[in-house]
Amino acid sequence: MEKIKSYEELKALGEKLSKNDGVTKVYVGLSTCGIAAGAKASMEAMASEIEALGIKNVELVRVGCIGSCYAEPTIEIAAPGKQNVVYGYVNEETAREIVRTHLAEDKAVDNKIIRKAGVADNQIRIALRNCGTIDPESLEDYLAVGGYQALAQCLFEKTPEEVIKEVTDSGLRGRGGGGFPTGLKWQATRKSVSDQKYIVCNADEGDPGAFMDRSILEGDPHSVLEAMAIAGYAIGADTGYIYIRAEYPLAVHRLLIAIDQAKAAGLLGKNILGSDFSFELEIRYGAGAFVCGEETSLIHSIEGLRGEPTNKPPFPAESGLWEKPTSVNNVETFANIPAIILKGASWFNQIGTEKSKGTKVFALAGKVKNVGLVEVPMGTTVREIVFNMGGGIVGDKEYKAAQTGGPSGGCIPAIHLDTPIDYDNLTAIGSMMGSGGMIVMDEDDCMVNVAKFYLEFIVEESCGKCTPCRIGNKRLHETLKKITSGNGTMKDLDKLKELSEAIKDTALCGLGQTSPNPVLSTMRYFYDEYVEHVKEKKCRAGRCVALISYYVNPVKCIGCTACARVCPVDCIEGSVKQVHTIIQDKCIKCGSCMAACKFDAIVKK
Amino acid sequence: MSTGRSNSITEEKYQELDNYIGSLDDTRGALISVLHKAQSIFGYLPREVQRHIGEKLDIPSAKVNGVVTFYSFFTEVPKGEHLIQICMGTACFVRGAEGILSMLEQKLQIKAGQTTADGKFSIDALRCIGACGLAPVMMVDGKVYGRLTTDQIDKILAEYK
Repeated sequence: MEKIKSYEELKALGEKLSKNDGVTKVYVGLSTCGIAAGAKASMEAMASEIEALGIKNVELVRVGCIGSCYAEPTIEIAAPGKQNVVYGYVNEETAREIVRTHLAEDKAVDNKIIRKAGVADNQIRIALRNCGTIDPESLEDYLAVGGYQALAQCLFEKTPEEVIKEVTDSGLRGRGGGGFPTGLKWQATRKSVSDQKYIVCNADEGDPGAFMDRSILEGDPHSVLEAMAIAGYAIGADTGYIYIRAEYPLAVHRLLIAIDQAKAAGLLGKNILGSDFSFELEIRYGAGAFVCGEETSLIHSIEGLRGEPTNKPPFPAESGLWEKPTSVNNVETFANIPAIILKGASWFNQIGTEKSKGTKVFALAGKVKNVGLVEVPMGTTVREIVFNMGGGIVGDKEYKAAQTGGPSGGCIPAIHLDTPIDYDNLTAIGSMMGSGGMIVMDEDDCMVNVAKFYLEFIVEESCGKCTPCRIGNKRLHETLKKITSGNGTMKDLDKLKELSEAIKDTALCGLGQTSPNPVLSTMRYFYDEYVEHVKEKKCRAGRCVALISYYVNPVKCIGCTACARVCPVDCIEGSVKQVHTIIQDKCIKCGSCMAACKFDAIVKK
Repeated sequence: MSTGRSNSITEEKYQELDNYIGSLDDTRGALISVLHKAQSIFGYLPREVQRHIGEKLDIPSAKVNGVVTFYSFFTEVPKGEHLIQICMGTACFVRGAEGILSMLEQKLQIKAGQTTADGKFSIDALRCIGACGLAPVMMVDGKVYGRLTTDQIDKILAEYK
């Protein structure tokens, strides 16, 4: 694209590109999950079928995540004047069928519809506003939906102070975890006196089970670039870095394309849109360290060092990257900015709760039917998210808990299903917002085992700089291992609690201080499960391998040999049409036999 | 394989790395990017490569090693021909990733983090690749396999044998 030289030119171009002359758009979700599920082949199948049938006025659009991850590959059909329809499980065959029936004959393929847009959907999409409706690799698509107009408005109609005031008044708080007010962070960084300042985008989404930042970067990368330039203008920085984890190759690929496009169009680089403001952007790659999501660690990692945290103060707003004032903001936080500028703080701060404004994107995963991304107003309940949007629990089992905030967070048990979710309520019930991962667990999940899982994560990811985190978490993990293997004592439970509190009070950084949360939170709500493991040597969920055994129910076994054939250690004896038996001391409790048995003859006790 | 041949390949690889370092506008803070590049060229980061990078960037090799060993993405030992990365994120965990991993370990007779004796396969346990919608998930040489069950493992491994 040629350089856009002024605000007027940008406006005219946006208007021209936004005209849709009666074309039916077919959005094909090509994010990491979609591609893994075969969306590329489905898109090709549609293209060839459309060509073969000579259908006109249809455009296939590559888009990012549509949000219904459980039903990948997914496509959405937007015909002018009609309600949008989302199809799921679109393999090549279904793709052709949709072309023949929906596009050619205007009849819906009913059994593949997963959602009709606008119906019974309580989502408000701000951060995800363009995800699933624009081609992330096309600058034209972004300009057609008002892209870069917020930046232009800031550059030509607002002073940096006015931009900061707008963001402060909106009530936007950091979406990466801590929930610090974004406007205040910008203001502090603006106030610091220095010849050089930096903007950093934290795209090191290390929280397992959270994938909203990846989805935003894969679906709408320009919105993040635009917001970073706005932030640069507001605080007086001419350089920005995006720190992204190496595990997200597609997001990196699309970001690089977007940066090149924006530079070529004069929307990044020297004298943006003919103004005095210049802003350069660079990408820096993470290398697999969870602690680098902590801002001081992240800064050290950009400097090419070990990603170890340092004490605050000084805060990055005073002394950050290369000891210059730096504002570190998360991907989702940035994605909200252009919308806030264009629609105003008073629009944004009417959404949400008293102290948590706007929306939050949740990555709904685990034992929930409709795994996917949802963006809901702050204050929505877990019940609404899990049971209405998420469709309830897989196999209609019983809800046990939802884990939010990842390894630093805690669980939300059934008694809190109706608690409105915002920053403060989550903290009050012993969890935290974190980045917005929400992992649903059912009756088959053991909460002691879940705590052990998170501690294992923390032990591996602790950077080792401070003793409480390095040694303390190791001890916590050992104690949990002892309990889940049936050797725990009641004294161990007291020790767990005491040590957790000590780590919380004394660790150096945010990661360390929150690391015992999974233990504290599961002990708070599921203490009886801990006691059961200790006193009765029993794991009611059947997840703690040392506490369970597999048996053959002789009444149900018909001697089909299916279990013996899949057993990896040959510990099942019995001949054809004879009742089989499991030799307990050889059994490794892998559960393969149970999965293979078609007669429910294998029982777990 | 003669040592002469492997040396000549190494020379070319060093050249490629040096060209990359030479192309950087500013080497300040570039260590991690250079290590990423080096690992993609050599497949792993042996000590001599770390020393070479240290000399080129004027960083003590102890510091280079400190960075290499800090980040789980970098490896000092060569990986197998095919890299199996199994996601052990929370969503995969609650949907049975442990069972998939132990099945893989059984089939290949190695533990996570190890390489088979014939150098064919390595298994790495990863912390969430963000494809939770398809949990449990694993990647083989970057290709994502989702909605896994233990009985699919043989078929997937056969694709790479």
